[in-house]
Amino acid sequence: MAPILIPLGGGLLSFIFYRKGFSISLLASIVGISLRTDGPSLLMLLMTGVTSITITLYAAGYFSFRIASPSKPGRHERQLQFFWPLWMILLGSLNGLFLAGDIFNIYVTLELIGLSAVALSALSAKPSSQIAAFRYLLVSLLGSLSYLLGIAFLYKTYALLDLDMLRLVPPMKGAHTAFALMSVGLMLKTALFPMHFWLPPAHANALAPVSAILSALVVKASFYLLFRFWFDIFNDLVTPGALFVIGLLGTGAVFWGSIQALRQHRMKLLIAYSTVAQLGYLFIAFPLTQIQEKLYWLPVICMAMGHGFAKTAMFMASGAIFLHVKHDRINELTGVRAYLPVTVFAYTIAGVNLMGLPPSGGFIAKWMLIYAAFEMHKWWWGIVIMLGSLLAAAYVYRVVSKLYVMPPDTIIIEKKAHSMLLEWPPLFLAILSLILGILAPYMVSILLLSKKLVSIGGIM
Amino acid sequence: MSSHNTYPERKNSLALPVILLTSGLFLLLSYTLLSIEQAGGLAAQVQSALPKSGAESPVTAVLLNFRGYDTLLEVMVLFLSILGAWSIGRASLPQALIKTSTIQISCVRLLIPLMILIAFYLVWQGTRFAGGAFQGGSILAAAGVLLLVSDFPKLIQIHSIHLRLGFILGPVTFILIAFYCIFTNKTFMAYPAAIVSQLLLFIEIACAISIGLTLAALFAGGRPAQESSIAQRKGSTL
Amino acid sequence: MITTLIYSVTGIALFCMGFTALILCSHLLRKILAINFMASGVFLLLITTAYSPDPALLDPVPQAMVLTGIVVSVSTTALALVLACRVQETTGSAVFKRLLPFRKNKGQKD
Repeated sequence: MAPILIPLGGGLLSFIFYRKGFSISLLASIVGISLRTDGPSLLMLLMTGVTSITITLYAAGYFSFRIASPSKPGRHERQLQFFWPLWMILLGSLNGLFLAGDIFNIYVTLELIGLSAVALSALSAKPSSQIAAFRYLLVSLLGSLSYLLGIAFLYKTYALLDLDMLRLVPPMKGAHTAFALMSVGLMLKTALFPMHFWLPPAHANALAPVSAILSALVVKASFYLLFRFWFDIFNDLVTPGALFVIGLLGTGAVFWGSIQALRQHRMKLLIAYSTVAQLGYLFIAFPLTQIQEKLYWLPVICMAMGHGFAKTAMFMASGAIFLHVKHDRINELTGVRAYLPVTVFAYTIAGVNLMGLPPSGGFIAKWMLIYAAFEMHKWWWGIVIMLGSLLAAAYVYRVVSKLYVMPPDTIIIEKKAHSMLLEWPPLFLAILSLILGILAPYMVSILLLSKKLVSIGGIM
Repeated sequence: MSSHNTYPERKNSLALPVILLTSGLFLLLSYTLLSIEQAGGLAAQVQSALPKSGAESPVTAVLLNFRGYDTLLEVMVLFLSILGAWSIGRASLPQALIKTSTIQISCVRLLIPLMILIAFYLVWQGTRFAGGAFQGGSILAAAGVLLLVSDFPKLIQIHSIHLRLGFILGPVTFILIAFYCIFTNKTFMAYPAAIVSQLLLFIEIACAISIGLTLAALFAGGRPAQESSIAQRKGSTL
Repeated sequence: MITTLIYSVTGIALFCMGFTALILCSHLLRKILAINFMASGVFLLLITTAYSPDPALLDPVPQAMVLTGIVVSVSTTALALVLACRVQETTGSAVFKRLLPFRKNKGQKD
């Protein structure tokens, strides 16, 4: 009964968001809350939509596979029972975040996202995953409290909460502190380099569909906010020095994440560290963004979407491999291609996106960033991006080479039923991330759409 | 917690730098605070819109009307916490709490109706003075906690479906009413002026019940052990 | 004016104290308490912005924000406590440093 009733609430919530985004627009009132969409938020919604549908299909396959061959009776039914409501609420609040137009509303939405993400990552009943989930919860709370403190300072200074109005106000005393506090909170949630320590255990110890959700969507949500704050809302407060520091941290993330990924023995940990590295590129984009240009969102959106699709595909593929082989130690994964050819292919194609080969979304993003780096005479960022891509190639090949090797004594495991849903969704997303570069013109046309505003509540 | 006695908290090499760092943070933040010229606030705007909001107390008007969307999400956060708690583990009340005397039982029997009455009074008054769904809900929760620690035998026979329905009562009522506003006023959560105070009260009561139930269930610490619950509870703490 | 100033500086002090404890304390329960300290500090600071010498002009928006924040904080604390209890149940320890062997699991066993 519960699996039907409870997602209904979460489903309703996400339905409201979808519906409201495109219905009617009114003027925002100063005390009310409004939702808004523009090009970037539409693209993020699109990414969330596509990824979430695929993850939902995969999760259905994943749980039915586990229930068919349980390691402990009853456990997977329970996981399934709580997975759907948590996932629906998470999805609803992600959509809510991309549409939010009010800083305090963003805080509540961030808490919704954080709590549901933590509960999801604790679903796997292993002690390691629960400890990781606890740490994730603390970090997430610390991030949102820092954000809330920022709101308090901001409210003291301006007595405004609406994003559009905050964009218009002149910089005043206190605004810098507020901005710094909010940024640090969001960076903590996005796992920027020195604050990334919580991410790999939390992502790697969760169930496979949950890892995909956390890596592809949850970290992107806070990144989206961060980028919006820095270049759209509070651009007056940004200084070149701060941008340089962010770029430096991003560089640290790229190298540290990649090197750690190379050192891991477990496939899921490798993928999780690669998330740290890939998030680094998103931050290297900070010093390379010129807001005079109309399309300044394009590289980061391309990168975020490409990484979102590819990382989801990788986590899904590793989950499928884990279900069949019962472990994910990289060195013992030889010969998997014999019985999971589609999955292995999906993993490889997703790896192409991480390396940034054309025509993937990662390629377009890195190309634009490198171009901007040389144009702005900041060539060193370009070199960092190229070196990072080399390292990405190294850690992708580390797994792929094992997957394709077929030693003569390989035991071919018989494929079980239910695995259609385990194999095809990752391939779909991997191919999508590969052809994202070709789809870029459509993304540009969405990006240039004008802003829409919807107010919630208020007096009629 | 067994590790309490042997747990060493001292001698941390990080202590000094961390304390220096946070003191620096404190000084920086306080300095900024002193330098801020405080903006006026939104009291005047709220006051001017208050007569049409259906609530006499400005805080309630902001909570349920102007920023009702935040409150809806907040109720969802509370629901999420019980959902998360149920997904993590089973309810476990310590054995020691379960030994109850007759005095306690009879006191609780007297107190519970009174508490429910006060809770609803608070909710009722919430539209005029301080008070409202959360305050009423916390009193309801306190009543629930009293019942839980007093080991009423009927309590563990409550089927979890009733609890589940109770948890979602608040959010669902809120969402339904907000949707209803789309049909009447073409805007989500813009309450029709004629019945706004009734709608707000309705939302508050539903939310108070959900909040009370949720907080009391959180005290129990997990999902009910449904299968042969009595035997399990007598048998082991887990 | 001086009263609100005392309150807001206390709020910031609570926030910083909580932050210190969050980093230094290793017991899960203390970490949860530290987070609650920080939250209280932020709420204290936020509620002082509502103050005005004229009682009719008390700003209701920060009050509503603090109420919402309190509910959020209660929910997160509850979830954190349940999670901490669960960690102690499965590992036998609630001290973060002692959980190290459980954090580094070699090879995945589900």
